[in-house]
Amino acid sequence: MAKVSYQKLENHSPFFWGLVALNGAIILAGLGAAYVMEHRGHIISGMNNQIVWGLPHVFAVFLIVAASGALNVASVSSVFNRPEYKPYARLSGLLAITLLVGGLSVLVLDLGRPDRLIVAMTTYNFKSIFAWNIYLYIGFLAIVAAYLFAMMDRRASGTTLPGRAIGWFAFVWRLVLTTGTGSIFGWLVARQSYDAAIMAPLFIAASLLYGLAFVVLALATAGRQLRQDLVADEMLGKIRGLLVIFALAVLYFTAAQHLKSLYASEYRGAERFLLLEGAIYTGVFWVGQILVGSVLPLAILAPPIFGRSPAAITVASALFLVGGLAQMFVIIIGGQAYPLNLFPGMDVSSLFQDGQVAHYSGSLAEVLLGLSGVSIAMLLTGIASRLLPFLPRLASGQGGGRTAAA
Amino acid sequence: MSCRSNSGAGCGRSGECECATATSDAVDNARRTFLRGAAAMTVTTLAAGVTLYGFGAEPAAARATGEKASSKVRWGLLIDASKCSDGCTACVSACQSENGWHDTGHPTTDAQWIRKLTVKDPNTGATFSLPMMCQHCAKPPCVDVCPTGASFRRADGIVLVDKHICIGCRYCMMACPYKARSFIHEPVDDQKPYAPRGRGTVESCTLCVHRVDEGRTPACVEACNDTGGGAMLFGDLNDSSSEIAKRVAAYRTTRIRDDLGTDPGVRYVNI
Repeated sequence: MAKVSYQKLENHSPFFWGLVALNGAIILAGLGAAYVMEHRGHIISGMNNQIVWGLPHVFAVFLIVAASGALNVASVSSVFNRPEYKPYARLSGLLAITLLVGGLSVLVLDLGRPDRLIVAMTTYNFKSIFAWNIYLYIGFLAIVAAYLFAMMDRRASGTTLPGRAIGWFAFVWRLVLTTGTGSIFGWLVARQSYDAAIMAPLFIAASLLYGLAFVVLALATAGRQLRQDLVADEMLGKIRGLLVIFALAVLYFTAAQHLKSLYASEYRGAERFLLLEGAIYTGVFWVGQILVGSVLPLAILAPPIFGRSPAAITVASALFLVGGLAQMFVIIIGGQAYPLNLFPGMDVSSLFQDGQVAHYSGSLAEVLLGLSGVSIAMLLTGIASRLLPFLPRLASGQGGGRTAAA
Repeated sequence: MSCRSNSGAGCGRSGECECATATSDAVDNARRTFLRGAAAMTVTTLAAGVTLYGFGAEPAAARATGEKASSKVRWGLLIDASKCSDGCTACVSACQSENGWHDTGHPTTDAQWIRKLTVKDPNTGATFSLPMMCQHCAKPPCVDVCPTGASFRRADGIVLVDKHICIGCRYCMMACPYKARSFIHEPVDDQKPYAPRGRGTVESCTLCVHRVDEGRTPACVEACNDTGGGAMLFGDLNDSSSEIAKRVAAYRTTRIRDDLGTDPGVRYVNI
């Protein structure tokens, strides 16, 4: 394979500045929402004592899961020794960091006491999967930073061994990290909608899909700014294949999880709620996650010729991300909405909404805070791409009609 | 909030109690400690070989300032649902009054340290009522999942939240099988010195730890006996001579969601 060259994000157009302004405005709005929530309390959110994790957590977990998956392109390049993926490895590592920073920012800003972040960083209960995740996230940032250094430093990248070694380490770490994220829910034995070890592989499959979709969209956005095709023609088919495999894997694990719950009478009530009677949660599952977020993009990618086009892959990636948000919404909020089963087989009522489906209506502050996580990731990616050569520069003839002549 | 003792909900777990409310009782506590020690010596002398650790574990025995909570004690409740009438909320009102939480007109976000449940068998129509609060589990999921260790179980079985290191992540609320914890969604006022509360942190029933450490019973138990149906009994489950231990040994009691293996310290009969 020819020597890979990289480039910075240059020649700023109104499109670039427009995106910077949009993301900057969303970040400011999100910080404002967090400030108000910090001073007036979570009463301004739609969260309550039944739905304790709301839209900010949907965005945060979505971004954290996507972060580990975004690294996959770099892993394919160095761990599985596929040099055709190398041009995208730097951007893959960068997105892994920025998406994680975006997700963690939302998570921290939603805390009841975000001013005690230092407590969370210094006081640990090592039995908590949440505490493990703090280590896993910080470790991930450090390892991927080292990985990027090994890929980008002139001397370090001169030999393949450091890159491969760190690449392997990062690959294993990201699998552990996503296992940890899935287990935050999978180990909650008291809630029927969770309590499933399959959450870990489900989250890993989802991470691969969301992460690759983010890489595709970042390449498409940067390509528009640079007026170049950044994805080689030969790669379009490979990316299409990976997206299809990852989407099918998510569907498989989703089906396995729901079938298990349908089979066991203990979980059937919660399952019936999510799949049939859950109003918005049922709608978001079938329309958002399955139809718009899985079936439609798979149908777009299915035609042999059109499915390999940049437009098809870009649109499908965007739809997969819509499906990902829907999936997190159903898992996180739908999973809490179904009442706890204090007395199996009995009807329970109280003035504290026992036995009732919990009501949740996300507030504007939550939406802004959640979206600000995405904007933080995108803005950091744009700034980093402006400062350092993270983006591939294709040789003449590798891309489509807009390949750079340089 | 000046109280940094271990007895209140905002206290640490080392057992070092220096609450302002406790200092005024320091002389009494010292006297109690002396008398208890003297009595223990007498018992030791008169009845060598008789176990001593049960001595002083009755609710009437206060824990002296600076004395750590003992793992030889397991505080618990026994609740008889047959004596708990559906419309009675004496325990809830007493808890509100004692610990300073109240209805603010936001039912889904208001704190609820204790609540009354009505449970109905859909097949037979049989109904019973009971109070539900933190079950003070021996293996509490809230303590397991808390990232900072703010949720903790005292040696004597009382599960508390250390308000100084609670970051308000609410993972404990996700993990609690009993929906026993509340997140403080709004600024709070009119706090009790022995029951500190703080916006952005999680709280739950403390088993009136401040009263227990003074040798008294929880407010809900007292109110239930005074104005309710007398359905609640408080005591040391580990002390075989205590009334609660005798009843638990004599009757079949039920621990809610016992299948989860949390080993609650609150037991029910006639449910």
